[in-house]
Amino acid sequence: MNIVVCVKQVPDTNEVRIDPVKGTLIREGVPSIMNPDDKAGLEAALRIKDKTGAKVSVITMGPLQAEEILREALAMGADDVYLVTDRAFGGADTWATSSTLAGAISKLDYDLIITGRQAIDGDTAQVGPETAEHLDLPNISYAQEIEVDGDEVVVLRQYDDRSHRVRAKLPVLVTALSELNKPRYMTPGGIFDAYREKEVVQWVREDIPVEDENIGLSGSPTRVSKSFPKAVKEPGMKIEEGVEESVQFIVDKLKETYIL
Amino acid sequence: MDFKLKQEHLMAQKLFRDFAVNEVEPIAQEIDENHRFPEETLEKMQKNGFLGIPFAKEFGGQGCDTLTYVLAIEEISKVCATTGVILSAHTSLGAAPINDLGTPEQKEKFLRPLISGEKLGAFGLTEPEAGTDAAGQQTTAKLDGDEYVLNGSKIFITNAGPADTYIVFAMTDKSQGTRGISAFIVEKGTPGFETGHKEMKMGIRGSATRELVFTDCRIPKENLLGREGRGFGIAMGTLDGGRIGIAAQALGIAQGALDKSIAYVKERKQFGRPIANFQNTQFTLATMATEVESARMLVYKAAVAKDTQRRYSYEAAMAKLKASEVASFVTNRAVQLHGGYGYIQDYDVERMMRDAKITEIYEGTSEVMRMVISGTILN
Repeated sequence: MNIVVCVKQVPDTNEVRIDPVKGTLIREGVPSIMNPDDKAGLEAALRIKDKTGAKVSVITMGPLQAEEILREALAMGADDVYLVTDRAFGGADTWATSSTLAGAISKLDYDLIITGRQAIDGDTAQVGPETAEHLDLPNISYAQEIEVDGDEVVVLRQYDDRSHRVRAKLPVLVTALSELNKPRYMTPGGIFDAYREKEVVQWVREDIPVEDENIGLSGSPTRVSKSFPKAVKEPGMKIEEGVEESVQFIVDKLKETYIL
Repeated sequence: MDFKLKQEHLMAQKLFRDFAVNEVEPIAQEIDENHRFPEETLEKMQKNGFLGIPFAKEFGGQGCDTLTYVLAIEEISKVCATTGVILSAHTSLGAAPINDLGTPEQKEKFLRPLISGEKLGAFGLTEPEAGTDAAGQQTTAKLDGDEYVLNGSKIFITNAGPADTYIVFAMTDKSQGTRGISAFIVEKGTPGFETGHKEMKMGIRGSATRELVFTDCRIPKENLLGREGRGFGIAMGTLDGGRIGIAAQALGIAQGALDKSIAYVKERKQFGRPIANFQNTQFTLATMATEVESARMLVYKAAVAKDTQRRYSYEAAMAKLKASEVASFVTNRAVQLHGGYGYIQDYDVERMMRDAKITEIYEGTSEVMRMVISGTILN
């Protein structure tokens, strides 16, 4: 069985601070990490590998420094990794990204494709499902549990107020939630192998079977008409008193602001 | 000369840092307070390959180098020196001698389970009457048929109790002095081998420190490590490696205390401003940071020396001497910067200052380090 996992390198938003004046993200000196939903997807794939001996391939599209998360994937136990990188792919929206990824994945053998639900820097949640469409595959999103049962996959899919257990015949694309699992740590030896013995396969424009009109900035139909910072919400106040005192406190505050 | 860590070292450092922050730091205070050996952390370290970092893959090791091992001890000791010494004693003292001197059969039987994460190692050299004067061993081992019979006791043994495999030194021929000492591999559960009560210590209180007692303890002849009469050399060679581990532990404690101090002085306000704004604070921190960095240079250098030189006693002794004295100095200053808060248990620097002291004592005191260093430069 072959599993392909798509991952993305993102700024660690836990470390991102907000410029209090401009209201924009301060990205300087912020470490890059593997997107949490993607990492959970990789862990799910590795658990299937632990059980069944499946082969796990990991793919990312990004600049050269995205290689780091592929080395991390190797150190966690992935079998081989692919970096899709070319200036021609730069500035891609979700359509161009999914077109490019689908082209790259079409070169690999796959029974199951796992992507994260969404990346913490863009929050679109579109690339996974769009990739499935390009590859003409069924798609199950928001996976809380993923299990392989023979030639089928059984997924617990999260909805707002309920969950669905969905069974589908492979091949299929599943998008994973970070709540799916607690990803394993790399091993020290895995890290050494990742750098000293394994290879990050680089694929450039010519290597990917995808039309020019569907890649990069020019192949991106999305236009951002305006970009503006969200108002930064002041942190709330926590009152740790008894019920009586807390209620009194709130009433006083409401009176102070003439709401009462 | 290149002072930069390689990419694999940087990623390993990140792994150890994440592990330390997520798994070790949350219980550091509690295990200190309760003198509790952190079984759960040991299990996690075993699962993640931390118990075999510098050993070849052939017998289940991780195939990394000594520098990677040092990074692990440093990062873990930054948040919990107890956990640091558990790993250091296991790796440098328990597993390394079998790795370096064991027969293929001994490596298969004893090293593989130690470094693949099934078993924990320990090392028994010190006796009530044989501390720095390690040659004064009273424990004896007599060959009787196919077995050696051990009698005597060892004290202050790190990991004793939880450990499964012990490297134990004993006199096989008293008339030969240091040349009459031999090294043995003793397994937990061997009849006649008991561990005593857990010592209540000033610092590293979660680590298990116990006495080993041997009463007509019979072990197979095959458990002799190296040749008979070579034990003293084995012990000294093992301690050279162990000192790099302890130096890394001391470095971690110092860096941890420095990190806590930097955070604290920015928050703590006196006279209407953070105490970081006062020059006394700034100069103290600058001195602490410079000391920590100078210790780091010696510790990393010793780690590289271990992998590239035949002998590295000198580098290891300097690294341990400097790093342990820096750990005591820096943690002491950290408590001072914290003022009254530094003296109470709610702040980590109180524990760190207590933990630092032992690094100047065990695996050779600072005085012994000075003997090793001066012995090298005067010869």
